[in-house]
Amino acid sequence: MALSGLIFIGFVLAHMYGNLKAFAGETSFNEYAEHLREIGEPILPYSGLLWILRLGLIAALVVHVTAAVLLWRRAAKARPVQYEMVRRASSSISSRTMRWGGLTILVFLIWHLLNFSIVKINPTGGETNNPYALLVDTFGVWWMTLIYLVAMAALALHLHHGTFSSMQTLGLTGTAKARTRARTAGWVLAVVVAGGYSLVPLGVLLGLIE
Amino acid sequence: MAMTDQSGTVALNKPAEQQSDDAHGYYTRGENIVDGAAPTGPIKDRWTNHIFDTRLVNPANRRKLDVIIVGTGLAGGAAAATLGEAGYNVKSFCYQDSPRRAHSIAAQGGINGAKNYKEDGDSVFRLFYDTVKGGDYRSRESNVYRLAEVSASIIDQCVAQGVPFAREYGGLLDNRSFGGVQVSRTFYARGQTGQQLLIGAYQALERQVAAGTVSTYTRHEMLEVIMVDGKARGIIARDLSTGEIETHLADAVVLASGGYGNVFFLSTNAMGCNVTATWRAHRKGAYMANPCYTQIHPTCIPVAGEHQSKLTLMSESLRNDGRIWVPKNADDCTKDPREIPEEDRDYYLERIYPAFGNLVPRDIASRQAKNVCDEGRGVGPKVGDFRRGVYLDFSEVIERTGEDKVREKYDNLFDMYERITGENPYEVPMRIYPAVHYVMGGLWVDYDLQSNLPGLFVTGEANFSDHGANRLGASALMQGLSDGYFVLPNTIRGYLADGPFEPVDENHPAVVEARTSVEQRIETFLSINGTRSVDSFHRELGHIMWEFCGMERSEDGLRKAIDMIRELKREFWSNLRVLGSADTLNQALEKAGRVADFIELGELMCIDALNRRESCGGHFRAESQTEEGEALRHDEEFAYVAAWEFGGDEGQPVLHKEDLIYTAIEMKQRSYK
Amino acid sequence: MNLTLKIWRQAGAAAKGAMHTYQVDEISEDMSFLEMLDVLNEQLNEQGEEPVAFDHDCREGICGSCDLMINGRPHGPEVTTTCQLHMRSFKDGDTIHVEPWRAEGFPVVKDLIVDRSAFDRIIQAGGYISVNTGAAPDAHATPVPREDAMKAFNVATCIGCGACVAACPNGSASLFLGAKITHLGRLPQGQPERDSRVVSMVAQHDAEGFGGCTNIGECTSACPKEIPLDVISQLNKDLRTAIRHGH
Repeated sequence: MALSGLIFIGFVLAHMYGNLKAFAGETSFNEYAEHLREIGEPILPYSGLLWILRLGLIAALVVHVTAAVLLWRRAAKARPVQYEMVRRASSSISSRTMRWGGLTILVFLIWHLLNFSIVKINPTGGETNNPYALLVDTFGVWWMTLIYLVAMAALALHLHHGTFSSMQTLGLTGTAKARTRARTAGWVLAVVVAGGYSLVPLGVLLGLIE
Repeated sequence: MAMTDQSGTVALNKPAEQQSDDAHGYYTRGENIVDGAAPTGPIKDRWTNHIFDTRLVNPANRRKLDVIIVGTGLAGGAAAATLGEAGYNVKSFCYQDSPRRAHSIAAQGGINGAKNYKEDGDSVFRLFYDTVKGGDYRSRESNVYRLAEVSASIIDQCVAQGVPFAREYGGLLDNRSFGGVQVSRTFYARGQTGQQLLIGAYQALERQVAAGTVSTYTRHEMLEVIMVDGKARGIIARDLSTGEIETHLADAVVLASGGYGNVFFLSTNAMGCNVTATWRAHRKGAYMANPCYTQIHPTCIPVAGEHQSKLTLMSESLRNDGRIWVPKNADDCTKDPREIPEEDRDYYLERIYPAFGNLVPRDIASRQAKNVCDEGRGVGPKVGDFRRGVYLDFSEVIERTGEDKVREKYDNLFDMYERITGENPYEVPMRIYPAVHYVMGGLWVDYDLQSNLPGLFVTGEANFSDHGANRLGASALMQGLSDGYFVLPNTIRGYLADGPFEPVDENHPAVVEARTSVEQRIETFLSINGTRSVDSFHRELGHIMWEFCGMERSEDGLRKAIDMIRELKREFWSNLRVLGSADTLNQALEKAGRVADFIELGELMCIDALNRRESCGGHFRAESQTEEGEALRHDEEFAYVAAWEFGGDEGQPVLHKEDLIYTAIEMKQRSYK
Repeated sequence: MNLTLKIWRQAGAAAKGAMHTYQVDEISEDMSFLEMLDVLNEQLNEQGEEPVAFDHDCREGICGSCDLMINGRPHGPEVTTTCQLHMRSFKDGDTIHVEPWRAEGFPVVKDLIVDRSAFDRIIQAGGYISVNTGAAPDAHATPVPREDAMKAFNVATCIGCGACVAACPNGSASLFLGAKITHLGRLPQGQPERDSRVVSMVAQHDAEGFGGCTNIGECTSACPKEIPLDVISQLNKDLRTAIRHGH
């Protein structure tokens, strides 16, 4: 869980870097998209590295989801009779929403891939082969932006607890200092990643990207 | 302390000859009893020689030998673990849901060990000497010497098990002086020494469970001992979860079932602590020794009201810094203590005992607290007719050293006090009052820890052996572990060497009798169908015991108490109400059996106290005090162990005396003035 | 004060249970929570109804017997054991919910009593240092840095009450497990068995039906002994090391 989660943290950071290229304009953004496919040539075939990364991510996803399902099922079995009354004392919302939040992100991920990668659905019915145009068209639709913003909120919560939790699971939070560091890292990642991703749709909505 | 002739052959005192007979009419006299296993020779060689003289059991035979151990505190848990390690087949019983919850866990202060790590003049002999003296010369010197001798190995054992004792910066173990002793020989783990030692023993026990040598029977209560052809061969136990009555047979039975302080209802014991295991054995013929010796601890949180179910001890170390006082005038008792000026306060311990002040021994501090409250100068809420509390005031030390220093030393105790009373002791003086804490009396055992019933061994607080009439601070843990880890495993083999004994059939008349009597008793409790709850009887018994057999006992009071207890017993058996059934978990039913036994024990305690017309250790007889009101011992009359034989439900208890003869220590009257 | 109690009653392990409502009056704020239940039981006994069964023993917060879920929190609203909770934490007219610990590893025996023997079995799996009586070297043979001794002590204060499991949304006993692993793993005496201990104890924990830890942290705030979440980190670290060592 922790290791696959860390892979995703790496991925979302890299992906965010790419997204922010949108602010540099159409050419730069599309060049970047093309560049991703050309890295490693001629040692690797066209899109080679991208596929290696994709396979890695798919594997991580399988591990992450499988672990989540196992934990979820174990938790359900571990408490077959529920309390009549429960009051949570200290846990964060993020820690308690890992499962539903994770599921939200998973559903979003499927839509996101349909939207931008596998099928390339342009909600306005416009061009789909120009990544930049697809992006601008998509976020030009207010409810698409809303879906993305909700997903980013879920991601923020997931990262907030997930970052700390992965450190804890890896046994790296043995001291009070390390614990504070891990918690801070969770906050920082949540704000930076969710904020960073949200800039693009917001940018489109506000007309900064067109 | 002058060293005497140490050959062990010169008796320093004569056998006691009792002149008074206060308990005339309440008992009959039996033959004197002798410790048949007692070793002779120089005191320092006795245990070593005894180990050598005790027969061995072939390792291949050990797994064929079954040993039942009742109780999983320090004495029982340690014994089960050690006998398991040796390869015996052990069955371990406890009434709690886990062996880890036995009440040894609540001991706060520490454990003595004659390590002399501080190079402050401590030695085995000094620990021995302090213990005998502290016990007011009413213990057996051979047993006490052995206890002191073994104490050092206990510390080694516990450290190896991972007990996190307090340490100094160099990484070596820290020691403190405890209970007014002048050497630092007490090892401790903050205020939770008992817990840490018990967890150590518990883990050792669970390790043997995993190894297959020990089986644990939790939520099981022993209700009868099975005697076959004069030997203890098993127990009848009730599975408290299912109500099932079970027969467990073995080659030997060990009772490590703790003390009976709950006869007073209110005590620092756990709610479930009871006398049933030992009392059932007593009724089957085991002698009960010195039952009147109870230790009353001076620093407990006072009773807050009639609802109170238990009392909480606070470490005695508080008396190192706190000053004890009550108002000089009874009229001031309801005032805010901070508004009572210095000249209107009576620091009575400092006044009466200028040399020792607030650090006088436990029994003296306790009795004086009772005296001032009896005078009507007690403080705190009125419970019954009196306010039962005295102030333990830290304002001076807070002013002198600052609140932080005090916090550093006592914060967990202060927090506990505040949680229970709702008062902040940094601002308002604490209120304390004595409470029953430990019993020195218990089943009579010989040097091998075997009772007068062959095959029935008794360890820890359940036996009477080591503390005499009073126990030193930090010595209860020491005795429990000494008995459990080192003494019993070495002595029981002498008995087991004759085994395995002939198998006993579950249909043997003795087994059937024991089983039937248990079933009938349970049936009786459920069918009386009266109006009063078990607790109400227990509470009433406690009132009687505390009033008449507590800190101060008098001839008249004890006679009155015996009558009251007999009356209570009659009412118990005719007006008890226990609801529910026998074939399920039924806590009221469990308590009924325990309280029935406490009532019988209470009567015997009063008879023992009535007979012993002297003041010694925890037993203070009003008729035996000096002109200044201090305890007065009568060695020439009472330097003996009173071992009581059960005289039947209609008969009278039979007194057997075991003379206490010292060869290594001379008896002295103590003085703290 | 006068209170309404809603208490889980269940006749036996196999029986179906339900919440029952009782009224208790004239409760003093100086009473402990369990003394308040004593009052209720005395009242029930008088009325001919069987008293409520609940575990309790030392009533001074150290034995770990008492284990009630009070108003949705293990041991109630304060950081302490049920027996050390006093009625001054409640107000006149309050309704108080009392339930047993809920966990697959802690089946209900009767009313509010659960079976926590799973904890004993976890200890049996390796929660000890293997040293036979009499085999110990002198206590001063191995100095232990004071900090290690204190750290070990701080987590050895676990009383095995099970509040961590009761509080955990996953029903995990990782705090209990981590406390023992940290206690023994912090001391030089505990090193030889460190790897095998953690592997066996974790396996037993899982076999008992306790859930997996997702580091939520409810356990540590429910713990009456305030055992910190670090112990779970330590547990994971030790497990990782043991796996690396080929266990």
